[in-house]
Amino acid sequence: MASAHKIDREEDAGSPWAPIIFDALADAGVAQVSYVPDAGHSRLIRLCHDAQGMDAIVLTTEEEGIAIAAGAWLGGARSALLMQSSGVGNCINMFSLLASGRFPFLTIVTMRGEFHEFNPWQVPMGRATPQALAIMGVIVLRVERLEDLAAIMSSATTMAFESDQAIAVLLSQSLLGAKKWVK
Amino acid sequence: MGEVTGGGLHRRAAVARLLEGRDDLLVVTGLGSPTYDVFAAGDHPGNFYLWGAMGGAAMMGLGLAKARPERPVVVVTGDGEQLMGLGGLATISLQAPANLSIVVLDNGHFGETGGQMSHAGAGVDLAQVARACGIAEVTTVTDMDGVEGARGAIGTVGAGPRFIVLRIVNEETSRALPSRDGVWLKARMRTHLGLSPN
Repeated sequence: MASAHKIDREEDAGSPWAPIIFDALADAGVAQVSYVPDAGHSRLIRLCHDAQGMDAIVLTTEEEGIAIAAGAWLGGARSALLMQSSGVGNCINMFSLLASGRFPFLTIVTMRGEFHEFNPWQVPMGRATPQALAIMGVIVLRVERLEDLAAIMSSATTMAFESDQAIAVLLSQSLLGAKKWVK
Repeated sequence: MGEVTGGGLHRRAAVARLLEGRDDLLVVTGLGSPTYDVFAAGDHPGNFYLWGAMGGAAMMGLGLAKARPERPVVVVTGDGEQLMGLGGLATISLQAPANLSIVVLDNGHFGETGGQMSHAGAGVDLAQVARACGIAEVTTVTDMDGVEGARGAIGTVGAGPRFIVLRIVNEETSRALPSRDGVWLKARMRTHLGLSPN
């Protein structure tokens, strides 16, 4: 039973990437942060919920966040989407909204299915994630090392909101640490 | 569940009445006939017409409504389009934007793709789904008096989110096709709102 397991990620206590991403979103004036939860995003989600001038929007499925971002931009607000790599697959057709309207878009994706993955069910979508984004016209920026994150986030917010591009920042599993299950 | 016979409303007349005298209303349309119906009622820079992104209309309305809380926002879509985004009703309920209305033109059929019966036509009650999600104000409209009431409600910003089902006849209508240029439609609405075009 799921309740017999405590899901933990050894890096969760720190999640040092979370405040770096939060600061980049806040500096860019992002007002709507939608998300489908992931352990690697949990600290960032808490920061967004607690922030003044930022609305955190929990979704039932990731593609909702794409349409929300387009609607927000129509009204003059900036939006970002937090999700896990498995969610990218749910978004495929909705990405056409971004291309058809040339809407700015920024998503921060926590990767599964690569470095130290223990769950084979995560591997197919995790492996396909960069290509799935690319074939739908989303520019992929990958973060392997924490020291690169601030510069990549700054580039991502500029390219999204100043250059009208669709940008995905992938947080690699080697950065996040492999998911650990504790009995 | 058995087949649900449609209401007596004609979609073009109902949508024209719904949007009559619109003031600062912003409108997002779901792909297919609702896009054509809203355009036929009169093009407007405050309209954004979807030609794709099925299941996304209500969510686009949510993002817009949260961005512009002072403006009433209405999503006009079909039963098939809303069925693809049912989870979004739960998302809207939690955000509870007081200025957002979702109007579903429900003929119980997928009109764009050959007229197959939809879940709504087979008995799934979208209004009950919206109630179960906790949407503040849910109504089902079957006549033009009801449309008139809905027209007044969607123009205000205080009591949403609203979910309004218009039961319409399953019928063919004449073609009324707005621009398919999403970039232009985006720039037009942003300019209308006093923003830079892109």
